[in-house]
Amino acid sequence: MSREVEDFNRRLLRARDAMDRAYAEPLDVRAVAAVAHVSEAHFIRSFRAVFGETPHRYLQRRRVERSMFLLRETDRSVTDICLDVGFTSLGTFSRTFREIVGETPSHYRRGHGPIVAPHCVQLAAMRPRVAAVVTQSSSFGEAVATAAP
Amino acid sequence: MITRLNVASIYVLDKEEALDFYVNKLGLEKGNDVKQGDYRWLTVRVPGDQATEISLEQPGPPLHDEATTEQLRELISKGALGGLVFITDDARSLYATLRERGVTDFTQEPTDHFYGTDMGIRDPFGNPIRILQQGKVPQEATA
Repeated sequence: MSREVEDFNRRLLRARDAMDRAYAEPLDVRAVAAVAHVSEAHFIRSFRAVFGETPHRYLQRRRVERSMFLLRETDRSVTDICLDVGFTSLGTFSRTFREIVGETPSHYRRGHGPIVAPHCVQLAAMRPRVAAVVTQSSSFGEAVATAAP
Repeated sequence: MITRLNVASIYVLDKEEALDFYVNKLGLEKGNDVKQGDYRWLTVRVPGDQATEISLEQPGPPLHDEATTEQLRELISKGALGGLVFITDDARSLYATLRERGVTDFTQEPTDHFYGTDMGIRDPFGNPIRILQQGKVPQEATA
Protein backbone atom coordinates (compact mmCIF):
# COMPACT_ATOMS: atom_id res chain seq x y z
CA MET A 1 0.00 0.00 0.00
CA SER A 2 1.33 3.39 -0.90
CA ARG A 3 1.99 6.13 1.59
CA GLU A 4 -0.65 8.11 -0.28
CA VAL A 5 -3.39 5.60 0.59
CA GLU A 6 -2.32 5.55 4.24
CA ASP A 7 -2.45 9.35 4.39
CA PHE A 8 -5.87 9.32 2.78
CA ASN A 9 -7.17 6.71 5.25
CA ARG A 10 -5.81 8.81 8.08
CA ARG A 11 -7.68 11.87 6.77
CA LEU A 12 -10.91 9.90 6.51
CA LEU A 13 -10.36 8.67 10.06
CA ARG A 14 -9.86 12.27 11.19
CA ALA A 15 -13.21 13.17 9.62
CA ARG A 16 -14.85 10.16 11.31
CA ASP A 17 -13.36 11.29 14.63
CA ALA A 18 -14.90 14.71 14.04
CA MET A 19 -18.32 13.06 13.85
CA ASP A 20 -17.67 11.13 17.07
CA ARG A 21 -16.54 14.31 18.80
CA ALA A 22 -19.10 16.80 17.46
CA TYR A 23 -22.18 14.60 16.90
CA ALA A 24 -24.29 17.00 19.00
CA GLU A 25 -23.64 19.87 16.61
CA PRO A 26 -25.58 20.43 13.38
CA LEU A 27 -23.00 18.61 11.24
CA ASP A 28 -23.44 18.35 7.51
CA VAL A 29 -21.53 16.15 5.13
CA ARG A 30 -19.78 19.09 3.49
CA ALA A 31 -18.26 20.21 6.78
CA VAL A 32 -17.10 16.70 7.63
CA ALA A 33 -15.70 16.21 4.11
CA ALA A 34 -13.74 19.43 4.58
CA VAL A 35 -11.94 17.84 7.55
CA ALA A 36 -10.61 15.23 5.13
CA HIS A 37 -9.86 17.88 2.48
CA VAL A 38 -11.98 16.22 -0.19
CA SER A 39 -15.13 16.98 -2.13
CA GLU A 40 -18.46 15.86 -0.71
CA ALA A 41 -19.08 13.19 -3.36
CA HIS A 42 -15.55 11.80 -3.14
CA PHE A 43 -15.79 11.76 0.64
CA ILE A 44 -19.03 9.77 0.72
CA ARG A 45 -17.72 7.27 -1.82
CA SER A 46 -14.33 6.73 -0.20
CA PHE A 47 -15.65 6.73 3.39
CA ARG A 48 -17.97 3.90 2.43
CA ALA A 49 -15.15 2.00 0.75
CA VAL A 50 -12.87 2.33 3.78
CA PHE A 51 -15.32 2.01 6.70
CA GLY A 52 -18.13 0.01 5.12
CA GLU A 53 -20.98 2.50 5.57
CA THR A 54 -21.86 6.01 4.50
CA PRO A 55 -20.79 8.93 6.69
CA HIS A 56 -24.49 9.69 7.15
CA ARG A 57 -25.14 6.27 8.62
CA TYR A 58 -21.99 6.44 10.75
CA LEU A 59 -23.16 9.70 12.31
CA GLN A 60 -26.66 8.32 12.83
CA ARG A 61 -25.29 5.32 14.71
CA ARG A 62 -23.09 7.57 16.83
CA ARG A 63 -26.06 9.79 17.71
CA VAL A 64 -28.28 6.82 18.43
CA GLU A 65 -25.59 5.27 20.63
CA ARG A 66 -25.32 8.49 22.63
CA SER A 67 -29.09 8.63 22.96
CA MET A 68 -29.13 5.01 24.20
CA PHE A 69 -26.52 6.01 26.77
CA LEU A 70 -28.63 8.94 27.99
CA LEU A 71 -31.79 6.82 28.03
CA ARG A 72 -30.01 4.31 30.26
CA GLU A 73 -28.12 6.73 32.50
CA THR A 74 -30.36 9.78 32.94
CA ASP A 75 -33.96 10.77 33.55
CA ARG A 76 -33.99 13.32 30.72
CA SER A 77 -37.04 13.26 28.47
CA VAL A 78 -36.87 11.59 25.08
CA THR A 79 -37.37 14.98 23.43
CA ASP A 80 -34.45 16.52 25.35
CA ILE A 81 -32.25 13.55 24.54
CA CYS A 82 -33.18 13.80 20.85
CA LEU A 83 -31.91 17.39 20.82
CA ASP A 84 -28.90 16.57 23.06
CA VAL A 85 -27.46 14.16 20.51
CA GLY A 86 -27.87 16.35 17.43
CA PHE A 87 -31.25 15.45 15.96
CA THR A 88 -33.43 18.43 15.17
CA SER A 89 -36.75 16.62 14.81
CA LEU A 90 -38.33 14.15 17.22
CA GLY A 91 -39.93 12.33 14.29
CA THR A 92 -36.60 11.73 12.56
CA PHE A 93 -34.99 10.69 15.84
CA SER A 94 -37.73 8.18 16.69
CA ARG A 95 -37.78 6.74 13.19
CA THR A 96 -33.98 6.44 13.01
CA PHE A 97 -33.77 4.95 16.51
CA ARG A 98 -36.41 2.34 15.71
CA GLU A 99 -34.78 1.52 12.40
CA ILE A 100 -31.35 0.95 13.98
CA VAL A 101 -32.20 -0.47 17.41
CA GLY A 102 -35.40 -2.26 16.53
CA GLU A 103 -37.55 -0.68 19.25
CA THR A 104 -38.71 2.79 20.29
CA PRO A 105 -36.60 5.01 22.60
CA SER A 106 -39.17 4.69 25.42
CA HIS A 107 -39.33 0.93 25.07
CA TYR A 108 -35.55 0.72 25.09
CA ARG A 109 -35.40 2.85 28.25
CA ARG A 110 -37.84 0.56 30.08
CA GLY A 111 -35.71 -2.47 29.32
CA HIS A 112 -32.25 -1.10 30.09
CA GLY A 113 -30.42 0.41 33.06
CA PRO A 114 -26.88 1.76 33.48
CA ILE A 115 -23.99 -0.38 32.24
CA VAL A 116 -20.97 -0.79 34.49
CA ALA A 117 -18.19 -0.24 31.97
CA PRO A 118 -15.87 2.72 31.35
CA HIS A 119 -17.30 5.41 29.12
CA CYS A 120 -14.68 4.89 26.41
CA VAL A 121 -15.54 1.20 26.25
CA GLN A 122 -19.21 2.03 25.86
CA LEU A 123 -18.42 4.60 23.15
CA ALA A 124 -16.46 2.09 21.14
CA ALA A 125 -18.38 -1.09 21.76
CA MET A 126 -22.00 -0.08 22.28
CA ARG A 127 -22.59 1.74 19.00
CA PRO A 128 -25.56 -0.21 17.66
CA ARG A 129 -25.28 -2.39 14.64
CA VAL A 130 -27.92 -1.75 12.05
CA ALA A 131 -30.79 -4.12 12.72
CA ALA A 132 -31.54 -4.67 9.04
CA VAL A 133 -30.28 -3.51 5.68
CA VAL A 134 -32.08 -0.30 4.87
CA THR A 135 -31.89 2.25 2.12
CA GLN A 136 -29.27 4.82 2.95
CA SER A 137 -29.45 8.38 1.81
CA SER A 138 -26.17 10.06 1.04
CA SER A 139 -26.78 13.31 2.83
CA PHE A 140 -27.15 14.13 6.50
CA GLY A 141 -30.92 14.38 6.16
CA GLU A 142 -32.53 17.06 8.21
CA ALA A 143 -29.23 18.49 9.45
CA VAL A 144 -28.16 19.44 5.95
CA ALA A 145 -31.22 21.62 5.56
CA THR A 146 -30.13 23.84 8.44
CA ALA A 147 -26.60 24.15 7.09
CA ALA A 148 -27.35 24.65 3.41
CA PRO A 149 -27.05 28.23 2.13
CA MET B 1 1.99 -16.42 39.17
CA ILE B 2 2.43 -13.45 36.85
CA THR B 3 3.51 -10.40 38.84
CA ARG B 4 3.35 -7.45 36.44
CA LEU B 5 3.04 -6.28 32.85
CA ASN B 6 6.51 -5.66 31.45
CA VAL B 7 6.11 -4.77 27.76
CA ALA B 8 3.08 -3.88 25.66
CA SER B 9 3.48 -3.43 21.92
CA ILE B 10 1.87 -0.96 19.58
CA TYR B 11 2.19 -0.87 15.79
CA VAL B 12 3.33 2.40 14.24
CA LEU B 13 4.00 3.38 10.64
CA ASP B 14 7.33 5.04 11.38
CA LYS B 15 9.46 4.56 14.49
CA GLU B 16 11.20 7.93 14.35
CA GLU B 17 7.92 9.83 13.92
CA ALA B 18 6.39 7.72 16.70
CA LEU B 19 9.27 8.55 19.04
CA ASP B 20 8.80 12.26 18.37
CA PHE B 21 5.07 12.06 19.10
CA TYR B 22 5.18 9.86 22.18
CA VAL B 23 8.11 11.71 23.77
CA ASN B 24 7.90 15.33 22.57
CA LYS B 25 4.12 15.65 22.28
CA LEU B 26 2.64 13.16 24.73
CA GLY B 27 5.42 13.54 27.31
CA LEU B 28 6.62 9.96 27.70
CA GLU B 29 10.34 9.17 27.96
CA LYS B 30 12.47 7.03 25.71
CA GLY B 31 13.25 3.60 27.13
CA ASN B 32 15.30 1.14 25.13
CA ASP B 33 16.76 2.11 21.79
CA VAL B 34 18.92 -0.71 20.54
CA LYS B 35 19.86 -1.40 16.95
CA GLN B 36 20.63 -4.91 15.80
CA GLY B 37 21.28 -5.05 12.08
CA ASP B 38 18.16 -3.65 10.42
CA TYR B 39 16.08 -4.06 13.56
CA ARG B 40 15.60 -1.30 16.12
CA TRP B 41 14.23 -2.25 19.53
CA LEU B 42 12.57 1.00 20.52
CA THR B 43 10.44 1.56 23.60
CA VAL B 44 8.87 4.46 25.44
CA ARG B 45 7.51 4.56 28.98
CA VAL B 46 5.75 6.75 31.49
CA PRO B 47 8.46 8.99 33.02
CA GLY B 48 9.87 7.34 36.12
CA ASP B 49 8.01 4.08 35.56
CA GLN B 50 10.62 1.54 34.55
CA ALA B 51 8.29 -1.39 35.20
CA THR B 52 6.29 -1.17 32.00
CA GLU B 53 7.55 -0.28 28.55
CA ILE B 54 5.67 0.32 25.34
CA SER B 55 7.41 -1.21 22.37
CA LEU B 56 6.97 0.73 19.14
CA GLU B 57 6.80 -1.88 16.40
CA GLN B 58 6.81 -1.17 12.70
CA PRO B 59 5.19 -3.77 10.43
CA GLY B 60 7.64 -5.26 7.98
CA PRO B 61 10.31 -7.91 7.46
CA PRO B 62 11.44 -10.09 9.07
CA LEU B 63 8.27 -10.15 11.23
CA HIS B 64 5.85 -9.87 8.32
CA ASP B 65 5.76 -10.69 4.64
CA GLU B 66 4.91 -7.93 2.19
CA ALA B 67 1.17 -8.63 2.00
CA THR B 68 0.81 -8.83 5.79
CA THR B 69 2.77 -5.62 6.16
CA GLU B 70 0.38 -3.86 3.81
CA GLN B 71 -2.66 -5.22 5.65
CA LEU B 72 -1.31 -4.06 9.00
CA ARG B 73 -0.40 -0.62 7.71
CA GLU B 74 -3.89 -0.22 6.28
CA LEU B 75 -5.53 -1.28 9.55
CA ILE B 76 -3.36 1.16 11.53
CA SER B 77 -4.29 4.08 9.26
CA LYS B 78 -7.99 3.17 9.52
CA GLY B 79 -7.76 3.26 13.31
CA ALA B 80 -8.78 -0.39 13.52
CA LEU B 81 -6.06 -1.64 15.87
CA GLY B 82 -5.89 -1.49 19.65
CA GLY B 83 -4.45 1.44 21.53
CA LEU B 84 -3.23 2.55 24.93
CA VAL B 85 -4.85 3.89 28.10
CA PHE B 86 -2.86 6.18 30.39
CA ILE B 87 -3.53 7.69 33.80
CA THR B 88 -2.95 11.39 34.49
CA ASP B 89 -3.21 13.42 37.68
CA ASP B 90 -4.86 16.36 35.87
CA ALA B 91 -6.70 15.73 32.61
CA ARG B 92 -7.65 19.32 31.84
CA SER B 93 -4.21 20.73 32.44
CA LEU B 94 -2.71 17.97 30.29
CA TYR B 95 -5.27 18.76 27.58
CA ALA B 96 -4.08 22.39 27.55
CA THR B 97 -0.46 21.27 27.44
CA LEU B 98 -1.08 18.90 24.54
CA ARG B 99 -2.80 21.65 22.58
CA GLU B 100 0.13 23.98 23.23
CA ARG B 101 2.44 21.31 21.85
CA GLY B 102 0.40 21.20 18.65
CA VAL B 103 -1.69 18.07 19.22
CA THR B 104 -4.92 18.46 17.23
CA ASP B 105 -6.26 14.93 16.81
CA PHE B 106 -8.52 14.81 19.84
CA THR B 107 -11.26 12.20 19.62
CA GLN B 108 -12.85 13.51 22.81
CA GLU B 109 -12.38 16.65 24.86
CA PRO B 110 -11.95 16.10 28.63
CA THR B 111 -15.26 14.72 29.89
CA ASP B 112 -16.42 14.04 33.46
CA HIS B 113 -17.79 10.63 34.48
CA PHE B 114 -18.63 9.16 37.86
CA TYR B 115 -15.24 7.39 37.86
CA GLY B 116 -13.12 10.33 36.69
CA THR B 117 -12.33 12.63 33.79
CA ASP B 118 -11.07 11.26 30.52
CA MET B 119 -10.17 12.36 27.02
CA GLY B 120 -9.19 10.73 23.77
CA ILE B 121 -6.57 11.43 21.12
CA ARG B 122 -5.03 9.60 18.19
CA ASP B 123 -1.37 9.18 17.52
CA PRO B 124 -0.12 10.39 14.09
CA PHE B 125 -0.83 6.99 12.54
CA GLY B 126 -4.38 6.42 13.81
CA ASN B 127 -3.89 4.47 17.04
CA PRO B 128 -6.40 5.44 19.74
CA ILE B 129 -5.10 6.73 23.07
CA ARG B 130 -7.26 7.32 26.13
CA ILE B 131 -6.07 9.39 29.08
CA LEU B 132 -7.94 9.12 32.38
CA GLN B 133 -7.83 11.11 35.58
CA GLN B 134 -9.26 8.79 38.20
CA GLY B 135 -11.52 9.95 40.99
CA LYS B 136 -15.17 10.66 41.46
CA VAL B 137 -16.57 13.70 39.73
CA PRO B 138 -19.91 14.71 41.22
CA GLN B 139 -21.94 15.37 38.10
CA GLU B 140 -24.95 14.04 36.29
CA ALA B 141 -24.13 11.97 33.24
CA THR B 142 -23.83 13.89 30.01
CA ALA B 143 -23.24 12.58 26.53
